[in-house]
Amino acid sequence: MSRTFLGMPARALEQSFPSNAAKAVRDSQLRFNLRKATHTIRDKRASVVGELPDWEELRQAGKAIKDHTLRNLDRYLIQLEEAVTAAGGRVHWARDADEANRIVAGLVKATGETEVVKVKSMATQEIGLNDALAAEGVTAYETDLAELIVQLGDDWPSHILVPAIHRSRAEIREIFLERMGEWGRAAPEDLTDDPRALAEAARLHLRERFLSTKVAISGANFMIAESGTLVVLESEGNGRMCLTLPRTLISVVGIEKVLPTWRDLEVFLQLLPRSSTGERMNPYTSTWTGATEGQDFHLVLLDNGRTDVLADEVGRQALRCIRCSACLNVCPVYERAGGHAYGSVYPGPIGAILTPQLRGLGSELDRSLPYASSLCGACYEVCPVAIDIPQVLVDLRAKARHPRAERLGMAAAGWIFNRPGRLARAQRAGGRLRRFVPKRLPGPMSAWTDTRDIPDIPRESFRDWWDRTGGGSR
Amino acid sequence: MRVALFITCVNDTLFPGTGKATVTLLRRLGVDVAFPRAQTCCGQMHVNTGYREEGVRLARHFADVFAGYDAVVVPSGSCGAMVREQYPRLAPAATGEVVPKVYELSEFLIDVLGVTDVGAYFPHRVTYHPTCHSLRGLHLGDRPLRLLRNVRGLELVPLPGAEECCGFGGTFAVKNPDISAAMCADKVGNVMSTGAEVLCAADNSCLMHIGGTLTRQKTGVKIMHLAEILAATEVAEP
Repeated sequence: MSRTFLGMPARALEQSFPSNAAKAVRDSQLRFNLRKATHTIRDKRASVVGELPDWEELRQAGKAIKDHTLRNLDRYLIQLEEAVTAAGGRVHWARDADEANRIVAGLVKATGETEVVKVKSMATQEIGLNDALAAEGVTAYETDLAELIVQLGDDWPSHILVPAIHRSRAEIREIFLERMGEWGRAAPEDLTDDPRALAEAARLHLRERFLSTKVAISGANFMIAESGTLVVLESEGNGRMCLTLPRTLISVVGIEKVLPTWRDLEVFLQLLPRSSTGERMNPYTSTWTGATEGQDFHLVLLDNGRTDVLADEVGRQALRCIRCSACLNVCPVYERAGGHAYGSVYPGPIGAILTPQLRGLGSELDRSLPYASSLCGACYEVCPVAIDIPQVLVDLRAKARHPRAERLGMAAAGWIFNRPGRLARAQRAGGRLRRFVPKRLPGPMSAWTDTRDIPDIPRESFRDWWDRTGGGSR
Repeated sequence: MRVALFITCVNDTLFPGTGKATVTLLRRLGVDVAFPRAQTCCGQMHVNTGYREEGVRLARHFADVFAGYDAVVVPSGSCGAMVREQYPRLAPAATGEVVPKVYELSEFLIDVLGVTDVGAYFPHRVTYHPTCHSLRGLHLGDRPLRLLRNVRGLELVPLPGAEECCGFGGTFAVKNPDISAAMCADKVGNVMSTGAEVLCAADNSCLMHIGGTLTRQKTGVKIMHLAEILAATEVAEP
């Protein structure tokens, strides 16, 4: 079993997806929050994607650029390292979460600081950096509004783009009132659940932090190999604060985030905002090359299982992912199960193929993730880099260990389907027993009859009808 | 043109009426359709549940059974998508010849026969669920709707949230029963909001799932495969 850590507590791994989801689906507040939020973003995305006549060409270009880069990843990573180093930055290579956390903690401690501000970053969520830093006596402060809500609520992110999507305005107000004071400037006592009031409370709370903290930690959406430039896209301006004000900047970035040239970036600056937030253009796009204006800059390149994914001919397409979340927002399973059910910082359809590949199929949860889909194909349709998520899910299902009862059932079905005569005899037996089939089936098949009737079994199969009547001509 | 019917194991076993309707419809349009007796299952259940070897065996069997026909008609979007999307990955050499000849029923009627008015009469209020594999797998587009709009007496009412999955998903329905049932509950709510007497689709497996919930909830809404409505020519109980 792979030991890759993906930023979720061990307790989340003890349960399978179906049992996590069964609990979530009964939480009506959660269902309401998720439905409202995912449908809003989904509709926005559909309208701004629909207005581009060349969307499909852009999508194919994005796919082609990523595939080319992944095929030549070794070359582009070395080119990137050289460019970053030449621009005054330092590059560190991290094999896994532990190594990345050790490197970052060492860099922070070397500055003598005990506090860091963070730009929203999936890579640092993935490696559980905040907990690792806390163990070393360093407090990490999230500055993205949704990440702040998650951090103050002692919670886990449940969406890639909108980590607090499972929270309503009223819940956020409660969290701010109760917890903000423990972390810094308290929320005003007369705080309402008006979005502007909540944002203002967060703004005042964070402003103090930006002005006093000397070390920042970020991820990056893209890294340009030819120039050594890192690119961060965000909507709140908090990222720009973190990237410019502190004395030391440490960026933790997955190795698959590299792009060969600035020209390639053009494609993704169109694909990403429209797919993720449903905006034509991203509000705050920050780029920086090496160490600027006396800053110290460190780039930690993170593998954490990615090289293994790259080795898989079918599964490697998951590394094209640009973390836009479009697949989450259209997924009927995610909408009803919520992000926590996936037991990883990567939930939804992309999580269902990424998590078991990065972490392996060793735990019951990870074995159940490839089955957390009806294969409806909505995710593939909206993916801006054309990841065929259903194809990867089916491929992972073939690699997973299957329950014994299911193996026997599938073997029996296969035996029947291998000979048309056997199928005909099984159908006739079913036809004779049709009146004895109960409304509620026992064992695993009760999963069907708990909420659904089974169809009436016909007296005669189609093939017997055809034989008896010559296809209706007799 | 030698035309074969691939009935699918679900239709063969549980919905023979759909097969009979397909035969009636094709004969009425002058197509002499054959039913190769050796056919069994396309292998979708095995492949999509993670039993690839069984699936590959069934794909090869399919290719053997239907070799020599000019067209294979399938009254199921899901099984049609299995053949067209997955066979080229599972058994490219064995199935390369047969795959392009496989048509879902509405594709065969419109693209091969060039017919949109099949001469049907069905005086009922009907709503149509496009099903995921018909929509996003085979890209049937509005073909089934064009056929239904030409059925005399039929009142077609749009289904809200039509493109959303009903929650069947093969073994997904029993592996994730709570999510599957929640998805179906929303689909049933949308069906009920149309006031339709009949829910139509080009896939009986999705209809079996939605229909099982419709009858459990005693809604009185009936399910009918597209072929059954297109075969209807006189006032009859749907």
